[in-house]
Amino acid sequence: MSALLEITGLRTHFNTRAGVVRAVDGLDLRVAAGEIVGIVGESGSGKSVASFSVLGLVDPPGRIVAGSIRFRGEELVGADPARLRRLRGREIAMIFQDPLMTLTPVLRIETQMVEAIRAHERVSAKAARVRAIEALARVGIPAPAERIRAYPHQFSGGMRQRVAIAIALLHSPALILADEPTTALDVTIQGQILYEMQRLVAETGAALVWVSHDLAVVESLADRVCVMYAGRIVEEGPAARVVAAPAHPYTRGLLDSLPGGALAGARLRQIPGMTPSLLDLPPGCPFAPRCPIAAPACASEPPIVAIAPGRTARCHAPLVREEAA
Amino acid sequence: MTALSPEKAGARAAPEPAPSPLAAVWEEFAEKRSAVVALGVCVLFLLLAVVGPWIAPQDPYDLRAISFLDSRLPPLSVTPEGTLYILGTDGQGRDMLSAMIYGLRTSLFVGVFSGVLAIVVGVSLGLVAAYAGGVVDAAIMRLVDFMLGFPTILVALLVLAILGQGIDKVVFALVLVQWAYFARAVRATALSERAKEYVEAARSLGLSHARIVFGHLAPNCLPPIIVIATMQVASAISAEATLSFLGLGLPITEPSLGLLISNGFNVMLAGLYWISVFPGLLLLALIFAINVVGDRLRDVLNPRSAT
Repeated sequence: MSALLEITGLRTHFNTRAGVVRAVDGLDLRVAAGEIVGIVGESGSGKSVASFSVLGLVDPPGRIVAGSIRFRGEELVGADPARLRRLRGREIAMIFQDPLMTLTPVLRIETQMVEAIRAHERVSAKAARVRAIEALARVGIPAPAERIRAYPHQFSGGMRQRVAIAIALLHSPALILADEPTTALDVTIQGQILYEMQRLVAETGAALVWVSHDLAVVESLADRVCVMYAGRIVEEGPAARVVAAPAHPYTRGLLDSLPGGALAGARLRQIPGMTPSLLDLPPGCPFAPRCPIAAPACASEPPIVAIAPGRTARCHAPLVREEAA
Repeated sequence: MTALSPEKAGARAAPEPAPSPLAAVWEEFAEKRSAVVALGVCVLFLLLAVVGPWIAPQDPYDLRAISFLDSRLPPLSVTPEGTLYILGTDGQGRDMLSAMIYGLRTSLFVGVFSGVLAIVVGVSLGLVAAYAGGVVDAAIMRLVDFMLGFPTILVALLVLAILGQGIDKVVFALVLVQWAYFARAVRATALSERAKEYVEAARSLGLSHARIVFGHLAPNCLPPIIVIATMQVASAISAEATLSFLGLGLPITEPSLGLLISNGFNVMLAGLYWISVFPGLLLLALIFAINVVGDRLRDVLNPRSAT
């Protein structure tokens, strides 16, 4: 099966006064049509920059310095800006973290949705409006014909995110990049949105890349999960398997720091230290300074180890190795 | 629990009307009585300017209507023919009230028209500078710095000295000296707006640059634009009055308030105060009212300066 999106060796660097920030540093990712892929990592692990790179929206001082991004076999790195613009919103849609910030505050929802439709299709404003109302109904907005006249601030957080999702789905894109779309929402709303997303993706057949720092959310949603650390993927595999038996010490650390596993009153376990500065990464494994099982070997570049079919980890000493496949 | 049927959910969330932000602004604006009065004065002047030719007692530039014998009559004079000059007459025997209404018309037209043109030019350049950044930004802003480096009146005087008199030339000169203020103020606002996520989101929808700049960025930069626009109209009117007073602005055939003031200036200290003072008072009232409105707008539209 050929991949819908194929990223190989992507490096997106930011040239700042302090030096070169390697936000994304050798990312490999394949997304098949209709697949849900979760990308998990801490703040500053390069998750968002990776999705912006796909859309060609990395602003100076950021720059894609190496690698390739192929969408349906078409190379997007260095592609014509006009071509990228036609892809954005139509073939590849994006959902952002905070919908209060991403909907233009002074324009009615109607204006923004009609504009989004007409940016890619020659339809009358009236027809676009009908489609916008349908789209709102599809994501579960009550009384969409009235609500479409409202301004973004007149919606609750959950409703706003539904509007953002409705906008993303307007052109039935083949790929949706969701950048922490539930982080700003409370837990019950988060559950609803996850449910809706799953349903809508199944209905439309779109592939979904769900970027999040929350491994639990990703596990419940995604088919496959990629764990990112310092600009590259350190572990990849079927979501359930990765969570059940993490192979990379960093994934293990992320799982251990979830509140659910610990006894009440007991101290939560945390990963010591902070995400390394992407300015001067240590040679070898970037996680080594924080790794509980770091060995002298970790000073050298860790290999990509096959843990099981479809499962890899970038580690000298993966925690599990499924011999029988 | 997630899939609410539209009917049920519709009943629960009563569809509330979406009041436009304009209504909210007006509500807050109206909290200050003086601002409402000032706005009323502005509207009154505007109406007066529009319907002036129909309500003025006399067409001051119809030579058949004026008599040189009636020149320099003090206010409230009645001629033997029974004509009442409420505000007196000037050196040519024109009715001051009528002359002022016509002058107001010209002054407001020049002020508003040059203001609008300056907004279009300045706001566009400011938005483009902020959105594009880099070399484009630097080039536009250096030009702004260059323009702002010269005193307004000096530039306007130079331009008029080269181009000669005329309404179009005065408007051109005023746009030339005003656009830079808008460009600078809008760029500052647009820079902070540009960093917000909705711009990124609009780009991710595949909207064109022009749409993002003028459809999304511009409306979010409106509050400061409105405030500066009000103030700039006031300063354009007074700049035009200054130019006309100095004799470089409008031709005598299209007199503005500034020209009327200058007409009576020579005889003011001889006791013929009304020829200069009444147009002066009108100009003062006009600019004062516009500035009060502008001040209030700034308070309402800028949350940081709210008390």
